Amino acid sequence: MTALRALDSANLNGGQKLAVKYFTVALALLGVQITFGLLAAVQFVMPDFLFGVVDFSIKRMVHINAMIVWMVFGFIGSVYWMLEEEAGAPTVGLKLGNIIFYVFTAAVLVVVAVYLLVQTGPGEIETQWFITEGREYTEAPRWADIGIVVCLLTFFYNVAATFSKGKVTGIGGVLLLDLVALAGIYTLGMFYTTNLTMDQYWWWWVIHMWVEATWEVMVGCMMAYGLMKVLGTSRKIVTTWLYLEVFMMFGSGILGIGHHYFWIGTPQYWLSIGGFFSALEPLPLVAMVVHAVYDAGVHKSRNNNHPAMGWLIAHAFGNFFGAGVFGFIHTLPQINLYTHGTQWSASHGHFAFYGAYATIIIAFFYIALQKWRGDVWMSGNLFGGWKWKWSMVLLNVGMLGMIMGMLVAGFAQSQIERAIGGATWTAFFAAQEHPWFVQGMHWRLAFGTMFAAGYALLVWDLLTIGKRETRPVQSHDDAALEAK
Amino acid sequence: MAANDNELWWASETFWKKTTIWTTAVMFLVLVGLTLDTMSQIQVGGKRVPAYSAINHRIDYKMDESRHAQVPVIGIEEPLFGKKLTEQEAEALVDHGKLTMHAKNCMDCHTILGNGAYYAPDLTKAWLDPYWGSRGVREELMVAFIKDPTDKIHNSLGRRMPNLGVTDTEAHAVVAYLKWMSTIDTNGFPNNFKPIDQEN
Repeated sequence: MTALRALDSANLNGGQKLAVKYFTVALALLGVQITFGLLAAVQFVMPDFLFGVVDFSIKRMVHINAMIVWMVFGFIGSVYWMLEEEAGAPTVGLKLGNIIFYVFTAAVLVVVAVYLLVQTGPGEIETQWFITEGREYTEAPRWADIGIVVCLLTFFYNVAATFSKGKVTGIGGVLLLDLVALAGIYTLGMFYTTNLTMDQYWWWWVIHMWVEATWEVMVGCMMAYGLMKVLGTSRKIVTTWLYLEVFMMFGSGILGIGHHYFWIGTPQYWLSIGGFFSALEPLPLVAMVVHAVYDAGVHKSRNNNHPAMGWLIAHAFGNFFGAGVFGFIHTLPQINLYTHGTQWSASHGHFAFYGAYATIIIAFFYIALQKWRGDVWMSGNLFGGWKWKWSMVLLNVGMLGMIMGMLVAGFAQSQIERAIGGATWTAFFAAQEHPWFVQGMHWRLAFGTMFAAGYALLVWDLLTIGKRETRPVQSHDDAALEAK
Repeated sequence: MAANDNELWWASETFWKKTTIWTTAVMFLVLVGLTLDTMSQIQVGGKRVPAYSAINHRIDYKMDESRHAQVPVIGIEEPLFGKKLTEQEAEALVDHGKLTMHAKNCMDCHTILGNGAYYAPDLTKAWLDPYWGSRGVREELMVAFIKDPTDKIHNSLGRRMPNLGVTDTEAHAVVAYLKWMSTIDTNGFPNNFKPIDQEN
């Protein structure tokens, strides 16, 4: 064995070779997301920053679109990562999967180039086809929508064909159901109508059913696999928990969509239905925390990949607090009337997407790197182990600081603009000019910079972790693992 | 640890698998049912989402005591830009306005029915906003602002709207769309909104 552990794709199975490609692009796009987030944060403090060159709307669009795409790439990568191990068969149609990866990546580059260089178009339907659809989160032009569905279907073919060739595990079954929903739901947003209420009704089907239902189930599957891999938890336990979580997630989340139907022109019964079911949405997230913490305790946290375990625990808590608690605090219509569309939403959005999704994808980056470097040691006294710890601290503290900055701004906004001012133009700016709001935006920028530093360190760590380790991976209680 | 799991129904894999499948199916069916009902209630021309020709009338936003919420009120005839439109003409104009707002990506600064980005004011009731002075000058002020907003007064922060190259026709259409948007019954959102004085 050489002193340096090279990244060697001979250590990976076919699906995993494709997975690390997706992971690489995902990590790069996370950098794009952070860059444009910072630019937008600067503009909140210095309004003329890049004004007329790359306006706020463009910065913000690239910020949130880069997020969706890097997370989707992270999920796809994670599924390819576990596919062959779960199914017990080599990936079917891998060549096609590889082609789709390059097509997908190229399409993303074209879409972003058009966003930045063309930016807007005339008020015609063609603009939606070729420049932007102009709807938050689904800004991608229609041709790209179709492309995304084609890519997701090819991905689904790879997954479904591989599972049917091998065996369908519990995780596999849930994944298949989830991917059908994921691709199917996306198509529901692919139409234009003048009726704004109708437009937003179906638009929420896409956004909500992705982010608060199918993505949550996806990370449930990833957590199940991650705990087996990193802690050595038994398959029976993770599968049972996975069903329990999916039961609670779909049980609350499907009708929880009603919390988006309070104020868009939809009937009044959505106030009760949305309020009730979305209030239940944190429950599965509590279950996920209990599961992860319980398993970690049972195994006395004897895990073989400290960075991955750290990020899995960060995910469990981030999902619970960010998506669960921060969602719950303003999901009841009585409160939401004053918080909807304020910095509360931004605060919750950052906490939820980061806590629920960014964290667990980063955990998978570490799981992948461990194997990519030939099952290298990633336990205590890891060579250069300060890097993953400090990047985790900077990212987590940076994110919490941003969340708190926006929340304080949101408090001011819901009082001054909404409760007192009634959301007029003058009331909006009265809140935006208030020192509490302004300070919140400064804190957000400061902690955003810290977050960016954490990202830089994360990239450095991912490029180097395990490189100088000579020790092989630490085994779990291996005998016990095999017996299960 | 997992020795007697098989004896406990609540810890059994099959029990939770079945529960999951049934719950998901039932919830999905309920959602489909509610969606069908909602579709029938949010057709244009209904009570909640008025016909596009509502832009021929004065729109107000008043407290409904029975609902304890402000609701849009379609009042006396008051055609937009002084020209009464047929239903088809109104629809075409509103449609052009909506397409323009998609094309200029308005939603990544503003919120529309509360959804979008948080850099600029909510547009749900923009048509009724006292910022536009008085009933007599509002339409033309809005058109002029949308066409070339950059050097006009916004706020004391220095935050401004960029010139998005909106044509004169598009700007008129956007105002029509905003007027129609203000007629949608949003269950009292935004609350405590004080509309522009339209009485004289």
